[in-house]
This record gives sequence, structure tokens and C-alpha cells, in this order.
Amino acid sequence: MANKNVKIIVLRTAGTNCNEETAFAFARCGADVEQVHVNALVSRTKKLSDYHILALPGGFSYGDDIASGRILANELRLKLGDDLQGFIADGKLVIGICNGFQVLVKAGVLPGLNTTSGQEATLFNNDSAKFEARWTHLTVGGKSVWTKGMPGRIDLPVAHGEGKFIPANDNVLQLLKQNSQIVFCYCTADGGKPVYPGNPNGSVENIAGICDTTGRVLGLMPHPERHFFAIQHPSWTRRPHTSEFGDGAKIFENGVNYVRSRLL
Amino acid sequence: MVWRVEIREKEGAHDCLGQSIVQEIVDLGLTSVKRVRTTAVYLLHGPLNGADVDRICRELLCDPVVQEYRYAAKPMGVWGKGGKPNHTVPSYRGLPKVVEIAYNPGVMDPVEASTVKAIRDLGVTGIRAVRTARQYFFWGKPSKAQAASITSRVLMNKLIQHAVVKPADPFKDISSFASKAFDIVTVDLLGASDKGLLDLSRQGQLYLNLDEMKAIRDYFRKEKRNPTDVELETVAQTWSEHCCHKTFRGHIRYTAYDGKRSKTTVIRGLFKSFIAKATHELHKPWCVSVFHDNAGVIAFDDDYHVCFKVETHNHPSALEPFGGANTGVGGVIRDTLGTGLAAKPLCSTDIFCFAPPDTPARRLPAGTLHPRRVMKGVVSGVRDYGNKMGIPTVNGAIVFDRGFVGNPLVFCGNVGLIPKGKENKKVSARDLIVTMGARTGRDGIHGATFSSGELTNESEMISSGAVQIGNPIEEKKVLDALLKARGKGLYSAITDCGAGGFSSAVGEMGQKTGARVDLDKAPLKYEGLRYDEIWISESQERMVLAVPPAKINEFLKLCADENVEAAVIGEFGGGRLQLFYCGRQVADLGLDFVHNGLPQITKEAVYRVPAVKKEKLPALKKDLTADLCAALGHNNVASKESVIRVYDHEVQGTSVIKPLVGVFSDGPSDAAVLRPRLDSHKGIAVSNGINIRYGMIDPFWMAASCIDEAIRQIVAVGGNVQRVALLDNFCWGNPDKSDRLGTLVRCVQGCYEFAAAFGTPFISGKDSLYNEYTRRGRSLAIPGTVLISALGIIDDVRRCVTMDFKRSGNAIYLVGTTHHEMGGSVYLDDHGQLGYSVPKVDARRAMQTYRALYTACRRGLARSMHDCSDGGLAVALAEMAFAGGLGVTVLLKNVPYQGAPRREDIILFSESCSRMLIEVAPAHEAQFVRLLKDTAHAKIGIVERSPEFLVYGLEDVPIIHAPIHDLKNVWQSSLK
Repeated sequence: MANKNVKIIVLRTAGTNCNEETAFAFARCGADVEQVHVNALVSRTKKLSDYHILALPGGFSYGDDIASGRILANELRLKLGDDLQGFIADGKLVIGICNGFQVLVKAGVLPGLNTTSGQEATLFNNDSAKFEARWTHLTVGGKSVWTKGMPGRIDLPVAHGEGKFIPANDNVLQLLKQNSQIVFCYCTADGGKPVYPGNPNGSVENIAGICDTTGRVLGLMPHPERHFFAIQHPSWTRRPHTSEFGDGAKIFENGVNYVRSRLL
Repeated sequence: MVWRVEIREKEGAHDCLGQSIVQEIVDLGLTSVKRVRTTAVYLLHGPLNGADVDRICRELLCDPVVQEYRYAAKPMGVWGKGGKPNHTVPSYRGLPKVVEIAYNPGVMDPVEASTVKAIRDLGVTGIRAVRTARQYFFWGKPSKAQAASITSRVLMNKLIQHAVVKPADPFKDISSFASKAFDIVTVDLLGASDKGLLDLSRQGQLYLNLDEMKAIRDYFRKEKRNPTDVELETVAQTWSEHCCHKTFRGHIRYTAYDGKRSKTTVIRGLFKSFIAKATHELHKPWCVSVFHDNAGVIAFDDDYHVCFKVETHNHPSALEPFGGANTGVGGVIRDTLGTGLAAKPLCSTDIFCFAPPDTPARRLPAGTLHPRRVMKGVVSGVRDYGNKMGIPTVNGAIVFDRGFVGNPLVFCGNVGLIPKGKENKKVSARDLIVTMGARTGRDGIHGATFSSGELTNESEMISSGAVQIGNPIEEKKVLDALLKARGKGLYSAITDCGAGGFSSAVGEMGQKTGARVDLDKAPLKYEGLRYDEIWISESQERMVLAVPPAKINEFLKLCADENVEAAVIGEFGGGRLQLFYCGRQVADLGLDFVHNGLPQITKEAVYRVPAVKKEKLPALKKDLTADLCAALGHNNVASKESVIRVYDHEVQGTSVIKPLVGVFSDGPSDAAVLRPRLDSHKGIAVSNGINIRYGMIDPFWMAASCIDEAIRQIVAVGGNVQRVALLDNFCWGNPDKSDRLGTLVRCVQGCYEFAAAFGTPFISGKDSLYNEYTRRGRSLAIPGTVLISALGIIDDVRRCVTMDFKRSGNAIYLVGTTHHEMGGSVYLDDHGQLGYSVPKVDARRAMQTYRALYTACRRGLARSMHDCSDGGLAVALAEMAFAGGLGVTVLLKNVPYQGAPRREDIILFSESCSRMLIEVAPAHEAQFVRLLKDTAHAKIGIVERSPEFLVYGLEDVPIIHAPIHDLKNVWQSSLK
């Protein structure tokens, strides 16, 4: 690989299933993307430090057995913990989408406040007690390199059974707010406070996505890769065709551009 | 040593499983249970110490934010008394009844494998096995009988689970099947009388008739020996209805009565004479591979083909709805993986037929589950497998009819994408036989008894035989590894292990070369399987491949890198089917006999026009608003959103037209449209046609209307009728009964006629016969059901159209003629009648319409489009209006109508085929109308800003008037 290219690792394991479209989104933004099995990192066949962005895509890693994301979270923490800490300390970027977000939270990487050594939040069963696939309206806020230049209101789909964000305690919630770590919140069509199914899972304070204290590690339940193109929006036949791209594309573009301007 | 771990939600955290169980208990009609809480139980087997177990709880099994745990090396009392909690845990006060549900021995515990892996990841390597169970605590005062009812009807299915009465060794099956010395069993066929042959067939559950048994006896007379048990099983398997479709390939003497006159013809193969005939006559150059592979393959673009298959999984779904539907989806996905040199699954479509959800319990035949429970289980089973494999479920249908009270139907379909050049496979002699994926167990072995002290004989017999639970993550791993291996060209042929297991898969692949298998080389779930069990086991998530010896090391390495187990179990070649176990030969069969030795049979079929009563239309009314509401609330019309939302229909990012569309994403879409390649605008459309009630009147016209409906839905999203391929799926009663077979023949005739007339070839299909159940000593068949599934190629998805009204002021056109065709309609069903005047299809006129509409879409003239189907014109208009959040004014007198009498309810609710509603902007009307100069059409109304649904009758006075929101509410509330 040439030095000048943005290099992205899309990590997959048994049950990962949004790796193709996530890889496509980054590649479409001009990056070199590799989809790598976690075994290859554990066996040192591949090195995390060779990449600029780590993407943990959606799916059902290990079937979401025991709890969503738990088994892969442990694998990252126990077998790749130092590599991951080093990766973040090097100023590189991490994004976890849906199952990837669950993994980052359960591995203790997000929100990364260091209030305890373990988990500071969780993503738990939806209040509706079922898996649901639907589009959501979101507000964009907080401070993350991933959301630079995004409009204040976007639409992305969710598809999960365990997406209810619960901070471990009030202190964690206060710190998230203070540090501008709350990046995405579910809202109504006009940006107001939602009820179910506007908030599809009962998340505390309607939280849909957060970042760490650096703003470089992002996790979110909605799927930006599923709104990469305008034609993926459920109402595309009702709208004027202004742009080829959908609301999620900017996130991938931001990641790639950040690496280009800061890390290459 | 066995450790018991219990995990529960902390007080105050939301126990959503408990909450949904309370709801299900209320659905049973019981109000005595106020609250339910659940506890997850893990039993850990292995030499572990307390510190290990505490760490396993802390870091793996328990979510520290919302859950708490305790554990002990022996059974614990009620929570709070005993065990080692992570902190002080209050016991449940005033306590409740407790029920603990565990899996039966031998049933795959879905989380076992990943939990063992995760415990090893913690560095605790002593773990040997894990079992799970769940405890339920009930508040309130359910009586003993109520508690028993809740247990059996909500908490478990006795075929796979049991209530733990006194703790037994849950790991018994690990130790109790230690390898036994084996004997080769031979069956005395040579000396058997005719009666003896039939007894052998019955006792061995071979399902072979006397002619077939005699043919086998004759073969072994020539071989001068008796067959082994596994030889007999192999032949029975290969000759089964399931594997070789005797009814569709055999001869049929068909007598059709028309009044007193009758005409008898001999049909030399239903499949060849009708289904395949249409395809061969049409001879479409884009048909790449039809009928002979696991799925039909058609051309897609310069680089890829697409394939499509729909399977049924009816019987297993009736017994264990979750597991049945779950493994049904898993099975059809393996069909995609086993097509050519493996296709990548793109999307699923699933169609169900159930008895009405409000069927009173006393109307259920003994031993059947309530349709609401069947539906819930089936939907969950589809959700679980499809979502976890990351394959979007994009389309489907749910049809309710009392005829399915004993036999629900579950159709599972899958579409795949395969690179050009990978559509063919070829086994060569010396290729190694490789099994890949899950291990082989006793799953799905008929009649096998799986010993366990706690179970009754009956449930043992059935559970190990018919009921399985899938493991979608195992299959996902196989998929990932397989696509990599395909890219590197590491194998020369592949097929799935479905019904018949290795017997069927290896037998089929080695049909030309022969095969030699060492059964003891197959990886097993546990020791102690006999050689014949290994050969015919139907364990899920297995594929069989032919791998050239030069590629085997690379193939095995690739699988290992993906955590997929693969093993060489033999070699193709040798010209015979030879099986060995521990070095001893247990089978040696000639290929010609196995594959061509089935005696030709002739079945009798008789068709008589069913004695259906002529319809009696209700008295004329001045206001039909209530009739429209009844139609919208009819279970077969009502919104299926509660089901659709639990399916991930967007994974892979390919979705273009979703199952629910419109301003609030809640209108019922026609065909689903996807873009298989994210970098291209070329698409596919998937749809289904199913019309059970028409078939009760005339199966020929049922076939016609299903074909028209499937095609029509593709046209409705902007598809090209000239690029549509079809699948057939016949679910029927016992074909050995001449009346059942007669209606099947008549239906198949309709399939031929209209596939040929529309120019839409069949590319694959399936039949599931013998769908009967016994009631008061009488055997009743399901309503003969054909499902027609269609796959269309879309040149440019940006030209696609959705069904929701877009803008006030636009004109509404109806294309196609409405006839007096109320037979089988929703309207008549709402009035308690079936009717007689079944909708017919004029394919020539329909084709004119469909071609014109395709041109209109390409030119961007259609703003929205929706077909008229169940509920007719009135329902289609209402759906377009509330999906778009816009009102409508319609003049019924403008509707092109032929027939007498000319009544408003007929025009509104007749289900005449080949009709479409199109919304056209005023500026495009002239151009649009020019395209339709050869087709019956009329401007019947206009889209309004005001959200009112207003229809003027033939006398120009309002006959339906309602706010669209009210109509939507009715439509959404029936199946919420």
C-alpha cells in the first residue's frame, strides 16, 4: 500500500453482517478498505497499527449470544486491548455502528470517561421487547470529528433489538453532557422530543450515538451506511433529486478527510 | 463438576421478556398473573473453581449496569437464599410460583457454542460444556391448572423443552452415548412376502409402496444378498416424494368431468408436460440454468446472474413454529449457497398461511397449536435466521383461512447473486468429498429414539425426528468462508445438506461418478451415532463440496481461518455408492439402480367442478363506507407492519423500494426493489401471487390470477414484464387421493397456460404434498394452494415508482376492465360467502397494459402506481390515499366496467385481474393517454389536498365518504 492512502480496517467475525456496505461507503470516499477477520489480528497476521481508521460494523457478532456485542467486546479487551488503546492514543479514528457500538460500550472504550475500570454504560433490550427496523429522525450535536459540517437534523434507519442506551449512573450522564459527547439523539420529524417509535428503544435522553472525550471514537445505533445514497431513503420517490448522496455519507467522508488532513 | 449461574435484571431495570410474557398470558384469556420476572440460568460443566465462575459472571454473563448474578456448585434455593451473589440481593417477596424451562437432551442449545468460546477467551480453559435454562417467577395467583396451561402454551414447546421438576444431570447426553461396538444390520428382504415387504416399509418409516419394495427386492436378488439397513434407507431416501417428486414426474390418468361428460387423458409427467414445457417453448436467452440446480438462475448484468428459490417448511412449522420456520429459512439460504458454485444471498421473501388468529381454541384439532402461537413462532423464526445472517427480508404475504387450522403453510424464498461463469458445477472422479459447517448429530432422524429419563416416549420420538432449531451464525460463517473459497476456485462442486442429509447430497453429487464415503470421518456433535444415523442425519448448517486433491490444504486452511469446521469424508469416483464405517463396508449400491430404478407409477386424478353456491349479493346500499372499512380491516388486507418491522429489510444497503412506503413509511408497497450492486443502478424486483379462495372455486383460475398478480406487482413498481421469471410452489393434500390430484392437475394446467401467454418462464419450483390432518376420524386436506413468486430485472431503479399519492391536483387513471368477478373476494368473505364468479385473466390484454405502463414509467409519466388486488378498486385507492397523506375524489361512473348488473359494490370490490391505478401529473396526461390507446382505461378521479376519501356512485351522489386517517386506523388495527 502506498503511504499516501487512507487505510481502513473493517473488522469482522462470526455474525458480522454490515461489513460489505460499510466497506463500500469508505471505499466510495476514496479510502483503501480491508475487511479483516478478528482472528487475523489476534494471530498477528494483520496489525491494527497499519491502519488509520478502525470500523466495527453492524451485525450479530457471535449471534448476540449472552448479550449483544459482549463476546467480541471481551475478545477486543482481552486479546487486543493494548493495540486498541495504542491505536486511539495515536490519534486515529474508531467508529462502531449498531453491533459495533454495542461492542465499544461493552468493551469499556465508549464513553471512555475512566470513572471506573469497567463498563460505564450499556445498550440493553428495547423497551418494546422486540427487534425493530425503522427509519428515525436524529439531531446532530456534540463534538466529534465524524460529524463536522453535518446539518442539525438527519434521517437514518435503525435495526436492532438491544439499542436502549443506559448510562451506569447520573454522573456518567452529566459528564457526557458536559464533555459534549452526545452526538446523535432521536427526535421527531421537526426536531422535537420523540416518544415511541420516534425513540425506537427507550434510550435515556433519546441518546442514539456518543463519542469519547477526544471526539475521534464514535458509536451509534443508527446505520449511516444504509443512507449513503439518497435513493436508500424510504421517501426518495416523494423528494426532488438534489443530491446523489444521503445523510449518512458525510460521516464516512469526514473520517477519510480527517485522516487525509491530519494523519497522512 | 456443574456450576449453576443465575442472572437477572436488577430491580428497576426493564425485564422486557417478563413483560411480553405477561401480555401473552393475557392473550390466553388469563388475568390472574400480574407480573413475571425471568432469570437466565447457565449450567457450566468442567473442573472450574469459584474464582473462575465469579469471573465468568462478572466479565461475561452479567451486564454490570442492569443485571445482577449469583452462582453455586449445587442447586440453589429461591433467589436470596444461598448462592454467592455479587452484592446483597433481595429475595422476591411473597413469592411466586417458579417454573424453570430447559431444552430437552439432544436439542441444540443455540448459545452453547459461543458461550464456551467466550469462556475460553477469558482464559478459563477447563470449561467442557454449557447448558442454558430460564426461570420464570409469577406474581398473582394463577391456579395450578392455569400455571400448567401457561407453562405448556406460553413458556415452552414440549417437543424441544421441558419444565425442570427435579434437577437432573443436564449433561447426561455428553456422557451417556459412549461409543458402542457396532454391528452391521441387514434386512431380510429376499425372504419377505408382499405383506412382509409392506411391513418392512412401514416399520422402517421408508414410505415405499409395494411396487417399489419389490423393485428393491429384485435388485438384491440379482446381487444375491440382503441389503444392509443403510442401503435400504438410501434407496428410500432417493426415491422419496421429497427428493424425486414422484407425483410431478410420474404418469397420471386424468379424468375431467364437465357436467355428465368426462374426458380422460394420460399425462406423462406433470412437470415435463406443463411446468417445464412453458419454459422450453418460451426459450428465453436470459434463462441461464433452470430446474436442475438448487435454484433457478437468470441473467442480471454483464458480470452477474441472479438466482431464486422458494421452499416450504410446513410440517416442522406446525409442530415447532419457531424452529420450523427458522430451519426453513436456513434451508432455502443453503439452496442459494448450493446453486452453481455458490451464490451470495441477497434477500428473502416469506409467505405464510395460517388459520385466523381469532379461531376459538375449541375449534382446533387435537394436538395442534393455536394459530396465534403458530404465527408468533413462525415470524420469530424467520426474523431470527434472516436478521442474524444479514439477509434482508424484503417482501412477503400472510394469508388467513380456516382451512389451515391443522396445517399452516410456511414458504421461505431467497434470491442470490452469482458471478458469471460460476453458474455450473462439475464433480470429477478423485475429487474429495468434504463436509463443511456444523457437525452431524441425531437431528432430524426419523424414528430415532433419544434416551432420556425425563421425557415420555412420544415426545422423544417426535422431538429428535422432526424438530430442530437453526444456528444462523454457523451458516453465516459458512457463507463467509464459502464466498472466499469460491473466489479462489478451491472446489468444483457444492450442494447443501438438506432433507436426506449426506445420503441425498453425496448421492446427488456422485450420480455420474460414484462415491466412496468413510462415515466415521464425519465430525460428530457427540459420540455414539450409528453409521446409518450419520448417513441420513439432517443436522442443519452443513454443505457438501467436491474439492480437487490439489486444493484441499488451501481449502481446509481457509476454513480454519474463518472458524469453520471442514473435513474430508471420502472421494468421488468408483462408479458405485460405497459406504464404510471404521474400515468395514456397510453399503455398496449400483448408481443406475439408485437413480433410475424407481418403478414407473400411474396415479389416478379426477376433477369435478366444485359444488360452490352462486353468490347472493347483499341488498343495494346508499353508503358503502362501512363495507370499505370491513375490507380494510379484513385480516388478508390489513397492515402487516407489526411483522414487517421485526425483519431487518435494509441490511446490505440494497433496498430501493421498501415493504412500507409513503409519507410516514406505512403504506403497503407492491414488489420490493433492490440494487444488488451498490455501485450500479440496475435492480431486481421480487413479488408473490397467492389467492387461496379463488382455488376453492377453480384451481385453473387461481393459477392464472396468481401469475397475473405476481407480474402485476412488478409492473406496479416500474418493472418490465418481458424480464420476469417465475417460481411455482404447490402445497396440496394427499396426491394418492384422486380428487386431490385432480385439482392439482387443473392448477398445473393453468400455470402452463399463463406462463406461456405472459412469456414468463418458470425457472424453479417445489411441491409439498400430503398436507392433511384428521378431524373426527376424517382426513381433511388444506385448500390446494399455489404460490407464484416472481423475479424481475429492473434496468434503472431511479425510474421506479411507489404506491403512495404524491401531489394534490394529479389525475388518477384506472387501467384495465372491471368485471362482475366477486367469487373468492374479500367483500364476499365479509358477507360470509365464497361465491362463484372467480376472476379470470385475459393475458393478451394484460400484456398490452403492462407494456404500456412500463413505457410510461421509463418516461417518468407515473407519479404513483398500485395494483388492484384483495379488496378491489376501493381498497387500492384507500391505500394510495392514506399512504400519501392525501385525499381523493373518484367518480365510479367513469370506471370501465363490463357485465351485469352494473352495481357500485361490484365496481368497488370486484377483484378483476390485470388492473392498475396510476397517478399522473396534469402536464403528462396527454402523453400518458396516448400510450394507452389500445387498452381499456379511464380517468376516474383526482388527488386532493384535503384528507378526505370521497367516492361518487353511479348516480353521482357520494357513496363512500371518510377521512383517510379513519381508513388508515381501521387498516392498521386488525393485526397490530
